Amino acid sequence: MPKLNSARELEHLRERLRQQRQNITKTVMVGGGTCCQASGSRAVIDAVRNELSRQGLEQTIRLCVTGCHGFCEQDPVIVIEPGNIFYCHVSPEDAFEIVYQTVMKGELIERLLYTDPVSGEKCQTETEIPFYKAQDRQVLSQNRMVDPCSIEDYIVAGGYSALARVLNNGITPDKIIKEIKESGLRGRGGGGFPTGRKWQECCEAPGDEKYVICNADEGDPGAYMDRCVLEGNPQLVLEGMMIGGRAVGAHKGYIYVRNEYPLAVEHSRTAVEQARELGLLGNNILGSSFSFDVDIARGGGAFVCGESTALMASVEGKVGEPRAKDVHTVVDGLYHKATTLNNVETWANVPSIILNGSSWFASKGTKGSKGTKILALAGRIKNTGLVEVAMGMSIHEVVFNIGGGAVDGKMIKAVQIGGPSGGCLPVEKFNLPIDFDILADAGSMVGSGGMVVMDERSCMVDVAKYFLNFLQDESCGKCVPCRLGIDRMLEIITDITEGRGKLEQLGLLEELAETVSETALCGLGKTAPNPVLTTLRYFHQEYEAHINERRCPSGVCKALITYWIDPDKCTGCGVCLRGCVHGAITGEKNQQHVIDVHLCQKCGICRSECKFDAIQVVSENEVSRCSST
Amino acid sequence: MQPKTLEQILEGRRSQPNQLIEVLQDVQRTFGYISQDTMRTVSQNLGVPLIEVYRVASFYKAFRLKPSGKYVLTFCTGTACHVRNANLLLDQATSYLGVQPGEVTTDGQFSIEHVNCLGACALGPIVTEDGSYHHHMTPAKLRKLIETIRNQKTEVK
Repeated sequence: MPKLNSARELEHLRERLRQQRQNITKTVMVGGGTCCQASGSRAVIDAVRNELSRQGLEQTIRLCVTGCHGFCEQDPVIVIEPGNIFYCHVSPEDAFEIVYQTVMKGELIERLLYTDPVSGEKCQTETEIPFYKAQDRQVLSQNRMVDPCSIEDYIVAGGYSALARVLNNGITPDKIIKEIKESGLRGRGGGGFPTGRKWQECCEAPGDEKYVICNADEGDPGAYMDRCVLEGNPQLVLEGMMIGGRAVGAHKGYIYVRNEYPLAVEHSRTAVEQARELGLLGNNILGSSFSFDVDIARGGGAFVCGESTALMASVEGKVGEPRAKDVHTVVDGLYHKATTLNNVETWANVPSIILNGSSWFASKGTKGSKGTKILALAGRIKNTGLVEVAMGMSIHEVVFNIGGGAVDGKMIKAVQIGGPSGGCLPVEKFNLPIDFDILADAGSMVGSGGMVVMDERSCMVDVAKYFLNFLQDESCGKCVPCRLGIDRMLEIITDITEGRGKLEQLGLLEELAETVSETALCGLGKTAPNPVLTTLRYFHQEYEAHINERRCPSGVCKALITYWIDPDKCTGCGVCLRGCVHGAITGEKNQQHVIDVHLCQKCGICRSECKFDAIQVVSENEVSRCSST
Repeated sequence: MQPKTLEQILEGRRSQPNQLIEVLQDVQRTFGYISQDTMRTVSQNLGVPLIEVYRVASFYKAFRLKPSGKYVLTFCTGTACHVRNANLLLDQATSYLGVQPGEVTTDGQFSIEHVNCLGACALGPIVTEDGSYHHHMTPAKLRKLIETIRNQKTEVK
């Protein structure tokens, strides 16, 4: 394709592509993101493609392999337009029926429709599904209809209109920054720093050579919206970066992406190549004086590289250690040049703000948190997946209305928001809105938007221990508070989970946590104690049970529990016996089985495999009662 | 195209110290680990002191300094997988294969790795092997997976 030399040529191309697609009567959209592929969507895609070609329908029916649709629990999913028909858990064997019955004859296939677990009713269209209905999909809106490896798809969907407007309608960098400032957009990566202010400071910083960076080093366990956006619609992120580059006066950008996201790496590389081919990256973009290019830098699997200064060191090919930010990166960043670093989701919000105006964006959300936020709903909940809602929606609505509530008839106990820098909020706090400032006041944070729901089966002391383990492993070790503070906190928590805890240690734990958060070098260190502080604040009774009664109320902490087979429920089927690698279970076929507590490693595998719920967890101090029965 | 030799990996990147991580990524992907000899060659070609190459190679989790097993089972231990009992899987794998994360079985066939999050949180717990994702894993499914891989190997023989 020839390079585009003006906004007019871009519009011509868009028109031409739309005309070429006029004879397409139906589009079959299949999710091909990482989650979808994990669920076997590749085979489904191949089967549908073969079926379409077998029926000679390739010219009129378009098969569009998109990124993640967000309702990952139901993968592989297929959406057929027009008609908005939504099929879930599709298998390759369904391809013939889907093409013959639905695509050709317009009939629905009952068994592939989604059943709402709450009402038990079938949903015929995607928009009817409660999971989607309560959402306000802006950033994710194109994910279901754009092939991430096709810049044409993005252009047909209206892509690069915002860039064209900026470059050809004389929107000066000042005006772009003003627009972003007025929109109230705040950083989606965790900090929530006002994006417009960041851009302005970078724009005003001295020097001709400046950089923009897209932070796609999504290291927060439990969050994957950046993967989904970059993987599903990389051109949107590129367009945002170009507008940002124009605003701050940068000619070079980097996408720093996690190597654990191979598909995101591949798709962003393809996107950059395609944009270069069309002249949307390179010199004199769309005939303007603006030149800009983007390179991809792969991360090395270090959580700390999500921190801006560490990330920049890593882009330079060095060890990713943060540095003190007495001079901000907007002035002294990558290669000591002024640098604007924003998260994937932040960049992806930019084009629509330019197109629809700041007041459109600011009309959504709360006073201090504007626009929408993508949340990753995961854990012990019915509907897991990516959820985009207007800021200000309550946690309760997200967890129960969209997420569908608890699984296995259990009670939801807490939600962990914001990853290792965030905190655990109890059910009583579920009326709080998704809002940067309000969640921070409650001791948690919106962070990158990971929401892991926990029920009565999760021990909150163990959760705090999990995060400390994570952070101890990931601390770069440069500053003392983080390196040693986390170690000492972990020691105390380990004591508590192993029954050696003392009540007076809780005060020490709190003091340590506060010291680390006040004195650590980087943002990650400063927020590292949040999981400990919030669990101490909201789940104090669980800490007390561990210390005073040597009892883990959720039956998780290994040192405080014993596994026991209930003779009334055991059928002697032998599944647990075969599953136990430690040889701790004995018993004849069809006779009651017994666990030898001296051999038992308390791994819990037997319990997860028993179909009769016969294997029970009991407190150490209840053991005598069990053995006497 | 995936480079096959160190020579190809270094092509176009010589004397560019900022390419160190990219080069090591490709080395890791092509050879499965980063040997001392490779570090020396990379150091000379990029103009980065050997100590710095070692520092970077040992700092980032993506790099291994020892060869891994023929089949690498990677366990996601992210928060979402953790609350869905990912630890059961790691326990199962370590006791079933008799190695700890980062080690290789004596026959050189299997090694176990864990990673902080693979970003497929909705489908956890996740185990990956050779780029393919196994979702909603249970200890029983894991044993089956290991056995399937073992049997494939004998079939090829």
